[in-house]
Amino acid sequence: MDDLEKRILKEVAELDSLPVGAFNIRNNGASEARNSTANIDIESREDGQGINIYVKDGTKNESCHIPVIISKSGHKETVYNEFFIGEDCDVTIVAGCGISNCGGHDSQHDGVHSFHVGKNSRVKYIEKHYGEGTGTGKRFMNPTTEVELLEGSTMDMDTSQIAGINDTHRVTKATIGPGATLLLHDKILTNLDQTASAEMIISLDGEDSKCDIVSRGVAKDDSMQDVIIDISGNNKCSGHAECDSIIMDHGVIVATPKLKATNVDASLIHEAAIGKIAGEQITKLMTLGLTEQQAEQKIIEGFLR
Amino acid sequence: MLELQNICFHADDKDILKNINLKIDDKFVAITGPNGSGKSTLLKIIMGIITPTSGRIIFDGEDITDLPINERANRGMSFAFQTPVRFKGIRVRDILSIAEGKPVKMGTFLRAVGLCPKDYLDREINDTLSGGELKRIEIATAAARGGKLSLFDEPEAGIDLWSFQNLIQVFENLRDVTNGNIMIISHQERILEIADKIIYLKDGEVDRYDDSAKIMEELNMTHHRNRKGCLIAGAEGVHCNG
Repeated sequence: MDDLEKRILKEVAELDSLPVGAFNIRNNGASEARNSTANIDIESREDGQGINIYVKDGTKNESCHIPVIISKSGHKETVYNEFFIGEDCDVTIVAGCGISNCGGHDSQHDGVHSFHVGKNSRVKYIEKHYGEGTGTGKRFMNPTTEVELLEGSTMDMDTSQIAGINDTHRVTKATIGPGATLLLHDKILTNLDQTASAEMIISLDGEDSKCDIVSRGVAKDDSMQDVIIDISGNNKCSGHAECDSIIMDHGVIVATPKLKATNVDASLIHEAAIGKIAGEQITKLMTLGLTEQQAEQKIIEGFLR
Repeated sequence: MLELQNICFHADDKDILKNINLKIDDKFVAITGPNGSGKSTLLKIIMGIITPTSGRIIFDGEDITDLPINERANRGMSFAFQTPVRFKGIRVRDILSIAEGKPVKMGTFLRAVGLCPKDYLDREINDTLSGGELKRIEIATAAARGGKLSLFDEPEAGIDLWSFQNLIQVFENLRDVTNGNIMIISHQERILEIADKIIYLKDGEVDRYDDSAKIMEELNMTHHRNRKGCLIAGAEGVHCNG
C-alpha cells in the first residue's frame, strides 16, 4: 500500500496501521490484508465478489474493520458483504470507502451490505465515504445497506459522506423485529455540481420495535440532494425521523417524508426542516472572534458531527 | 476606554437612538430605562451587530466604527445575547472552547452560573436545553471570553427567581475578578446597585448618566451598596462532582 492509499485508509477508517481484531482491507478490487479472530470469521464469497462475516453467539466488545480503497482511475466494482451476527453479541463494525481518482476515467464502488442481527445483539456500524483527486474522471459510490433485526437487537448506524463524491445513490432498508431498535444517523455534504440521493426505508414489523432516524445534509455551490425517509409501522411500535438540511449558494435539497401506519398502536413522527445558516448563529460566533467564513465552517462541522 | 460620539440610529421611520454622546471608563456600568428606549440597540452598536446611521465609536483610542464584529471581539469585546442562539450539533464544550481560546477553565465558568460541568459540557446547545439553561450558558460563554469590555444584554431575563441570587453573585464576582470592564443592560435593582455608574436611557436619548447611588435615588430605587469582599467566580455556585 503506497502513501496515498494509506492516507485514504486513514480518512475512511481512521487507521494508521492494521487494526486490532478482525479486518479485511480491500484495495483496487483485491484483498490487501485480512484477519479473522476466534469469534469473528471472514470468508471470501464463492462468487469472489465480496466477503461473508460470521460473528459467533456471545461475542462482546470486538470490532471488525472492512475498509475499501480505490486509487486506480477507471476501477469499477460491485461488492457484496454479508454479516451474520449471532445472539447476545456486542460488536463494532467499521466500513467505509475512499476513492482517489487522479486519472481521466470514472471510478465507482457499489457496496451492498446485508446484516442479519441475532436476538439481543447490539451492533455499532460506522461507515464513511470519501473521494478526492484532481483528474477529470468522476467518483461514484452507491451503497446499499439491508438490515434485519431480530428480537431485542439494536443496530446503531453512523453513516456519512463528507466530501469528493460526484454522484451517489444511498439506500438503507431495514426490517425491525419485536423489541428491536434501529438508530440511524446519516450525514451528507455535497458541493460543486455533486448530486446525492438517499432512501431510508424502515419497516417496524415487531411489537415494541423502534427506530430513530436523523438525517442531516449540507448542499453547497450548485449541488443537489434528494432524501426520502419512509417508515412503515406495522405493529405496536414507535418511529421518529428528523431530516434537517442546510442549503448554501445555489444548493438544492428535496426532503420527502413518508409515514405509513397499518396498526392502530403505531406511533410515527417525521420532522423536516431546510434552511440557510441562521444569521444569528454566525453573529454569535463572530462575537467570539471568528470570521464569517470560520463561523460558517464551525456551524457546518457541528451540524454534521 | 469607550467613547460614543453623536451616535444616531434610524429605522422604520423612527429615531431609535438620538445623538448619543458618552465617555465610559468605569469598571461596571449598567444601562437601564423603559422598554423601547434603545438599550439593546445601543449595546449592539457597540459590538458592531448593528451599524449606526451616524456617529463614531472610539475604543481604547481607536475608531472602531467600521470594524466588523469579529475584529471588535479580537480587540477585547464580548457580548451575551438577551435571547441565546441555538446550534444543532455544537456542544457547550465547543462554544466555551471557542470563547476561551483554550479549553482550560470551562468547568469553572459553568459552575459559576450554577451548572454542573459533567451534566452540561457534552450537551448540544439546542432545543433540549431550557431557556434558563441556555441563558446561563450564554453568560458563562461571555465570561469565558473575558477581555477588556464584556457586554451583557439583560442577563436576568429568563432566569428564575430561585437562581437570581446566584446570578447577582456571578456579576459581583465578575466585577471583582475581571480585569476588564462590564456593561450590562438590566432592570434589576440588585444589579443596578452593584454598578459604578448607570446610564438611564429614555426615548433614545441619555436621560441621566451618573453614579449608581445618585441615579437610583433620583429614580426612587433602594440602594444598599455595602456588598464587598465577594467570592472568586466559581468558588461558590453549584455543588456537584463534575
